[in-house]
Amino acid sequence: MILKPGLDDVKNIGYYLGKVILGLGLTMCLPILIGLAYRENSPVFDFLIAAEAALILGLALKTLCHSNKDLSWMQGMIVVSLSWVVAMFIGAIPLYLSGHWRSFLDACFDSMSGFATTGLALGADLDHLSYTHNFWRHLIMFIGGQGIVVVALSFFIKGLSGAFKMYVGEARDERIMPNVVHTSRFIWLVSLVYFVLGTSSLTIIGAASGMQIPKALFHGACVFMTAFDTGGFCPQSQSILYYHSFPFEVATVVIMILGALNFKLHYHIWTGNRKEIYRNIETGTFFITVVSAFLVTAVGLAQTGIYQGAFVLFRKGFYQLISGHTGTGFQSVYPQQLAGEWNDLAVVGVICGMALGGAVCSTTGAIKMLRLGIIFKAMAQDVKRIILPERAIVVKKFHHIRETFLKDTHVRPALLNTLAYLLLYGVGTLVGMFFGYPFLHSLFESTSAAANVGLSCGITSAGMPALLKVVYILQMWAGRLEFMSVFTLVGFIVAAIKGK
Amino acid sequence: MIKLTLYICACMVFLVFGSVCAQPAESRELVSRTDLYDGKTVVYEGEAIGDIMVRGDHAWVNLHDGSYAIGVWIKREAAALITHTGGYKSKGDWVEVTGVFNKACPQHGGDLDIHGESLRIITPGALRQEMVSQDKKNIAYILAGVLCLVMIVSLFMKK
Repeated sequence: MILKPGLDDVKNIGYYLGKVILGLGLTMCLPILIGLAYRENSPVFDFLIAAEAALILGLALKTLCHSNKDLSWMQGMIVVSLSWVVAMFIGAIPLYLSGHWRSFLDACFDSMSGFATTGLALGADLDHLSYTHNFWRHLIMFIGGQGIVVVALSFFIKGLSGAFKMYVGEARDERIMPNVVHTSRFIWLVSLVYFVLGTSSLTIIGAASGMQIPKALFHGACVFMTAFDTGGFCPQSQSILYYHSFPFEVATVVIMILGALNFKLHYHIWTGNRKEIYRNIETGTFFITVVSAFLVTAVGLAQTGIYQGAFVLFRKGFYQLISGHTGTGFQSVYPQQLAGEWNDLAVVGVICGMALGGAVCSTTGAIKMLRLGIIFKAMAQDVKRIILPERAIVVKKFHHIRETFLKDTHVRPALLNTLAYLLLYGVGTLVGMFFGYPFLHSLFESTSAAANVGLSCGITSAGMPALLKVVYILQMWAGRLEFMSVFTLVGFIVAAIKGK
Repeated sequence: MIKLTLYICACMVFLVFGSVCAQPAESRELVSRTDLYDGKTVVYEGEAIGDIMVRGDHAWVNLHDGSYAIGVWIKREAAALITHTGGYKSKGDWVEVTGVFNKACPQHGGDLDIHGESLRIITPGALRQEMVSQDKKNIAYILAGVLCLVMIVSLFMKK
């Protein structure tokens, strides 16, 4: 028998959802400050409207659903999944008001793409977008990469013992410190330190490449936010190709890789345990998959003969590959080139990279390295079991911060999650094919959306079917939250309808 | 007869390639049919956007024709003719460039670009006057009022 959710459940969910929305409304003060600094009056009003709407909704929910009770697992998961949906709508308001998005659905698409750190974009005429809106596009990626709830935990929710439930719901099941609020703050500390270093480097490179210093600073900050949070939005429509700069590409590659590493690994490196980077199962798996996927891409590109010389082939091939593998989505080739000039083998190499992603507890999406490493270890263990005498006890260990014996309790969730991602990639591919797009292009775009990458081979555009936009939004959402909180929300709705 | 055939062939070649070169090519066409234009001299028009990035005696200018922006690598003096570049508060100069199109330029790390030989300003850009819609202002004021009301109710209920 399914139990109908009680009023207490709804009130508790509403109360914490209200807090998260309030946090989001207050975050909009940052683009308002940027707008005032650049004297962009119309964009300031766009954000004023959106912030006011968020504050009214947040305050109303917090007041009407006032609760002192702690969150249950189910409630925590639902708060997270609903927070992301509400954030998408609120984040879309200023984008839509700017007039650069054809419809509110398009603005919602870009808003979800931003929060989920995907990077697929439908905005038109981005080269004339205000600094205020552009800053917001990049800021939502930074917020989304850290996790909307992590932001709320860090700054707006204090002393909540049920915080871990929301933290887990946001696809962060690893605590770096004993207290989850301290963990959230550490994530922010790491991000802010890298923000200063990364922005400074990109600003210097930008200025040396011929950009005016204030503009180079703005671009540096924006590109850092989306590179470290493996998002992929860029201030200009040409993505990274706008800069025509090899040093800029190198700097973004370093930042993307830093963003794809586990925050727990960052913690250990920061605290002097540098050996962990070599010993960790995730970094080892990441290295192997990057090399393998790049070899596939490079062979494919060599077959086409587009790029003359090994350096040029490496620069183009490796950049798209690492951008896809880390889930970022910066492009240094046009989508049409990916679809038309690159052969199937090269495209498949990039798709493999996109589908696998980076580390758990990082800002990337997709299957992730820890799960892949565990699956391979389990396969090796099973093969060994077959080869060795029946009486032999086969024990396998993996190193992730500490040595751990491989058990079924590690393998099962890893396999289930991988299966869920493969299904998600498949569903999007089928819908793309339903609308008449070729198989490989549909697979590419679907994987890019579901794995929160943002590379495009040209399907994503304002003119694509509305249903496909909705499917990609759902893929980005489910892919970012890694299913559990989304499934819980679906279960909650079913229980509300069918429960007794 | 042979001379006449050769003459007709020469005229046809001129007509075919002449049309590729003389008509301004669109970015959508250039990006989608790179093989057709690779290594050929093209005429390309678009709005200068973002920054003019000077690198030694050359500069990068990104020209957007409404579909895509393409990078043009051109002499610094030619790039200096551009007075406005497109952004939120300005409309950039509409520029015509004649140059060699590269689908994967070996000099610039495989970038799709145009190595410009000449540059001409077709329509000068200008600063744009920013207008704030009255509707936006009204909605913002109304919402501010509602927010104050909700805050008062919230405080009252707390007490």
